[in-house]
Amino acid sequence: MQTPPPQTPAAALWRMREYMRPYYLTLALMITAAIVAVTAETMIPLITKSVIDGAIAHGSRRELLPLGLAATALGALQAGLNFYRRWSLAGAVNGMEKTIRGDLYHHLQQLDPGFHDSWQSGQLLSRATNDLSTIRRFAGFGTVFFITSTWTFLLIVALLIDMNWWLGLLTGCLFAPVGVLCLRFEKKYRVLSRQYQDQTGDLATYVEEAAAGIRVLKSLGRRDEAAARHLGLSRLVYRSQVGKARLRGTFWAGLDLAPNAAIGLLLLLGALAVSWHQLTLGGLVAFVTLTLLLIWPIEAMGFIIATGQEAATAAQRIYEIFDTAPAITDPDVPEDPQPSITAARARKAAGKKTQASTGSIAGRPATAPPASPAAATARTGHLRFDAVTFSYPQAPEPVLRGITLDLAPGETVALVGATGSGKSTLLQLVPRLADAASGLITLDGADIRDLPLPELRARVGCAFEDPTLFSASVRENVSFGVRDATEADVLAALQAAQAEFVADLPWGLDTRIGEQGMALSGGQRQRVALARAILARPEVLLLDDPLSALDVHTEAKVTAALADVMADSTALVVAHRPSTVLLADRVALLADGVIAAIGTHHELLATQARYRALMSADDLGGSDDDGRNAPGLAGART
Amino acid sequence: MTQASPTAPAWRGIAAEEAEEISGKLGTLLRRRSRRLLNDLLRPNRKLAVTVFLLIVVAQFAALVGPWLVGVGIDRIPQLETTHNAGPMALIIVAFAVAVIAQAWATRAYIAGIGRLGGRVVIELRRRLFAHFQVLPVAFHERYTSGRVISRQVSDIDSISDLFDEGLAALVSSLLSLVLVGGGMLLLDWQLALVVMAGFIPLTWLSAWFRRESAVAYRRTRETIAQVIVQFVETFGGIRAVQAFRREDRNEEIFDALNQANADANLRSQRLLAIFFPGVTLVGNLAIGAVLLYGGDRVIDHQMKIGVLVTFLLYLQRFFDPLIDLSQFYSSFQSAGAALEKISGVLDEAPSVPEPEHPRALPAVPGEGGGREVRFDQVRFGYRKTTVLPDLRLTIPAGQTLALVGATGAGKTTIARLLARLYDPLEGSVRLDDTDLRELSEKTLRHEVVLITQENFLFSGSIADNIELGKPGASREEVVAAATAIGAHGFISALPGGYDEDVGKAGGRLSAGQRQLISFARAFLAAPAVLVLDEATSLLDIPSERLVQEALTRILTGRTAVIIAHRLSTVAIADRVLVLERGQIIEDGTPAELLASEGEYSALHASWQESLA
Ligand SMILES: Nc1ncnc2c1ncn2[C@@H]1O[C@H](COP(=O)(O)OP(=O)(O)OP(=O)(O)O)[C@@H](O)[C@H]1O
Ligand SMILES: Nc1ncnc2c1ncn2[C@@H]1O[C@H](COP(=O)(O)OP(=O)(O)OP(=O)(O)O)[C@@H](O)[C@H]1O
Ligand SMILES: [Mg+2]
Ligand SMILES: [Mg+2]
Repeated sequence: MQTPPPQTPAAALWRMREYMRPYYLTLALMITAAIVAVTAETMIPLITKSVIDGAIAHGSRRELLPLGLAATALGALQAGLNFYRRWSLAGAVNGMEKTIRGDLYHHLQQLDPGFHDSWQSGQLLSRATNDLSTIRRFAGFGTVFFITSTWTFLLIVALLIDMNWWLGLLTGCLFAPVGVLCLRFEKKYRVLSRQYQDQTGDLATYVEEAAAGIRVLKSLGRRDEAAARHLGLSRLVYRSQVGKARLRGTFWAGLDLAPNAAIGLLLLLGALAVSWHQLTLGGLVAFVTLTLLLIWPIEAMGFIIATGQEAATAAQRIYEIFDTAPAITDPDVPEDPQPSITAARARKAAGKKTQASTGSIAGRPATAPPASPAAATARTGHLRFDAVTFSYPQAPEPVLRGITLDLAPGETVALVGATGSGKSTLLQLVPRLADAASGLITLDGADIRDLPLPELRARVGCAFEDPTLFSASVRENVSFGVRDATEADVLAALQAAQAEFVADLPWGLDTRIGEQGMALSGGQRQRVALARAILARPEVLLLDDPLSALDVHTEAKVTAALADVMADSTALVVAHRPSTVLLADRVALLADGVIAAIGTHHELLATQARYRALMSADDLGGSDDDGRNAPGLAGART
Repeated sequence: MTQASPTAPAWRGIAAEEAEEISGKLGTLLRRRSRRLLNDLLRPNRKLAVTVFLLIVVAQFAALVGPWLVGVGIDRIPQLETTHNAGPMALIIVAFAVAVIAQAWATRAYIAGIGRLGGRVVIELRRRLFAHFQVLPVAFHERYTSGRVISRQVSDIDSISDLFDEGLAALVSSLLSLVLVGGGMLLLDWQLALVVMAGFIPLTWLSAWFRRESAVAYRRTRETIAQVIVQFVETFGGIRAVQAFRREDRNEEIFDALNQANADANLRSQRLLAIFFPGVTLVGNLAIGAVLLYGGDRVIDHQMKIGVLVTFLLYLQRFFDPLIDLSQFYSSFQSAGAALEKISGVLDEAPSVPEPEHPRALPAVPGEGGGREVRFDQVRFGYRKTTVLPDLRLTIPAGQTLALVGATGAGKTTIARLLARLYDPLEGSVRLDDTDLRELSEKTLRHEVVLITQENFLFSGSIADNIELGKPGASREEVVAAATAIGAHGFISALPGGYDEDVGKAGGRLSAGQRQLISFARAFLAAPAVLVLDEATSLLDIPSERLVQEALTRILTGRTAVIIAHRLSTVAIADRVLVLERGQIIEDGTPAELLASEGEYSALHASWQESLA
């Protein structure tokens, strides 16, 4: 995973314009409409001036009527244009938000599990929800307001100067301090809003964890502690929120002060101007009215700066994700330093079609998707590890220090090792959920990094140690990524995993199994996950302790059925128990990051002390020599 | 409740109950309920609210005095030309300056005040909601799903927070300006004022329409965003499976549809605003035209001074701008209202596993080890339509270690859950020292009974934090002692951070067996009267399991324990074994007795022995 280069919030916001591109025309029309609308609004005081200086001064009703009607018409025009602006804006900004969110989801799905491990889930979620709506709000009103308020400001100052040049210039100058105020505000607000958004993300993370871990919290009775931790996080959010409000208050007050001071001064100087006959009375009224109209664009500026700041930090947070290039990529996708996600999605969509027509799960190996011509020939599932090393980021020592292992086609190898020795780590290298640091993993002679990811993952099936299930029907959970799995396929897989209990569920295959499969028992979950792994009849099957949650009888039945399935798959099976080891042709002992020994179960039992320690059940059957010290492994498996 | 909600797509599958969103007919009830909640939240902050209110009043008054002084000043100008006495004019300007400063000061104070008020309401709401979700039973969570739990606490609360940030100041100040400006106009010239106020007729109609439509629209946005969040959370919670099984494309399809629905809902609500806001502007602008025409006419007739007309025109801006603010508030309110509806719905959800109003205390523990007697008294229980435990009668004497074995899906975990009162039995009762669990307070119960679940879930934070969950406030020595006892000290101290090492999201930086050891350490630290272990060693290697067992025999002396295990090795330390089949106890006795009896247990044992070969 590459860490993105730091980027200022403003630059990030500016980059967001790529998402506005489809709406440039709409935006241009909208801004035109907005400018015409504010111009119309600005004209109304001028009409007022004519009414006072003309119609009323002359006492002429005939002049009054057209002026009054003109004011009304301008008012109606303004409302109409506002309607148009809002209406079309709504379409544009929602389209934009949707696209960004879709891209974000797409991109996150591409990022490797290592990335997801290192990011708190709530931080991702708050980016996809809070931050996006902040950007949407700004994109909607910020841009339009920015242009219209600048325009209004200039227009009004121009009108003022036209009416009386020195008074007008003076009024314009009076607003100079506002600029300084804005800049100072912006700087402080940026820090606060980033802090606020990050804290919101932390809070969301905890909320998410507490929801996911509700059973643990409940069964340990730790709800008060959880609530206290949640309250602590909420307090941080609260503090930033109050800090933001305080800053906003000062800023807003300053914004109020400026135009009002201008009006006071105007009144004084305007009175003099009138008495010097440089300005008519109606002129002064129009002057004051116009100056009042300046309040709005200035306040709008404040609003824009505040929301713009929030949107900019939000954009920065979002680009932090977009700029993280997937560490694990298809060989044919060149590493693009500034990938346009939309383009990548389009490319993907195009690829999807070709793949859908070839990829089928029915029988292997005949219909497995032919991808690279080199691999298209003999495809038997010959899996080789050659001096493979791997270490987790931040870990002081590598977990795997040079794994060399050769799995002949159709062979089943059990992987045995102490808790934490790196068995699961090794397994996840095969479907490239993580990439080896050095060394080579080959499938039928081809470096797995040269195989297209979808192809590789279609040829490799795995069952993790925790059955990762989703809140969906059994059918969906079993067929999962395989779109064209038929009912028969699903049933056959369930049969092979000895998961016939599905038939007894209230709605059979259509029963929703709850979040994380929680509406099933532990053993039922494990078997559904197993069915998912073997559904596609993959060439290579990776099973991580697949029988841990099963009782002895069921275990025996699954073992028998699995032996059938594995007859034509190459399988690597993590095992903690002799019973699981019996599935295998050979056993590999993983210790100290290398394959320390390989052979049959009985060979290893006879020759390897470490293996004996891991597998011998001498004192586990209720015999009385409990106290005998377990040979060092448990303590020394560091 | 229907069996499947019409909105759930087929792939979701069918569940017994859909916690689907409530139909629109209940609208008024919902509104009342959410208003009650809002009042409830505001009440403790009454003082702050009043202060804020007064500050807004000051700011508004000051803001109103300004234009009035300008009007007065302008009326003075002709006079100034004749008398050349600048005194009154200076006075007016000083007064204006005072008003302006007062306005700035009050504005600053009230914005900060509102920030605080909103913050307090929101934090209280967060607190309550979180606490309530913790109280609601597991059955509720199963139905509601964590995605929705999250969306209530994240996205819904946000929209309530927005109400305060944007709406509340607008509400008070705009209402005030409306009243004050309206009053001022009436005083100045009531005929002209009436012309202006005629505008309220279309406005009333417009807002009634908006309220009706937006309530529906905003509710829809809340629902759709919740679905987006659910999908998001689920996908990235299981990203390994998603990628390994090439689920990405399918997920994208699903997500795109949900995202589209959310965008449509947002679009609809914003289009309503696109009609509503300009509608208000239109009425305001028409009023300006009317004032010009009618007011001008009256000035020409000398029924009214020019100054009054000017003030009127200045006021008009302060009259209809607030209306826009008010509409803005109204829209935030509707949006927050929809969120509040959802939240109050959750808060009103009565826990189906309620705490007793008058909890009973348990007698002091008689035995030395601190065990208690557990009794299942004709318990019947099932999750959905099916009964899992038809009629469970079981007494576990204090201090006994009971092993529960049986085929998967037999109901072992279910028994454990009932014992920890994650669910209540449908019939019969579960008793602890002859007291029904339903009569115990949560605190007592959790003190006495601890369940280590089959799913070991770690929270992000340090290893020590996670072990400490078993006994909050435990010292580092205790934590280390617990870890050492079960043989986890070795791997923990090898980590760069030792006990302070961050375990990562959901414990992802540890291996599965290591996670299980950590959860186990919790139980060791908690050392309750009744300990329930559900498959607590299934992922360990044999030497580790052996160590854990040694530790277990030590802490279990005197305590009551229920151990669920498929590995019969664990059963070795039990005093008594129960074999469960389809929710019924088919064998019961000491391990030795059962072995001799040639029943199910001895068959299990035989095949187990065989598997060890
Ligand atoms: N995401 C991670 N970041 C850092 N370290 C990790 C991560 N995942 C695992 N480890 C460490 O790597 C080592 C190997 O973990 P792995 O999950 O591969 O063990 P395992 O052999 O599968 O053990 P088990 O039998 O308990 O499942 C452990 O010491 C673990 O602490
Ligand atoms: N939350 C739930 N909702 C609906 N049904 C459930 C739920 N939990 C369990 N079940 C069903 O109840 C039955 C008993 O489940 P239980 O978890 O008690 O089994 P178990 O004996 O613990 O099995 P295992 O050894 O596989 O863990 C199973 O058929 C299961 O499908
Ligand atoms: Mg593992
Ligand atoms: Mg269970």
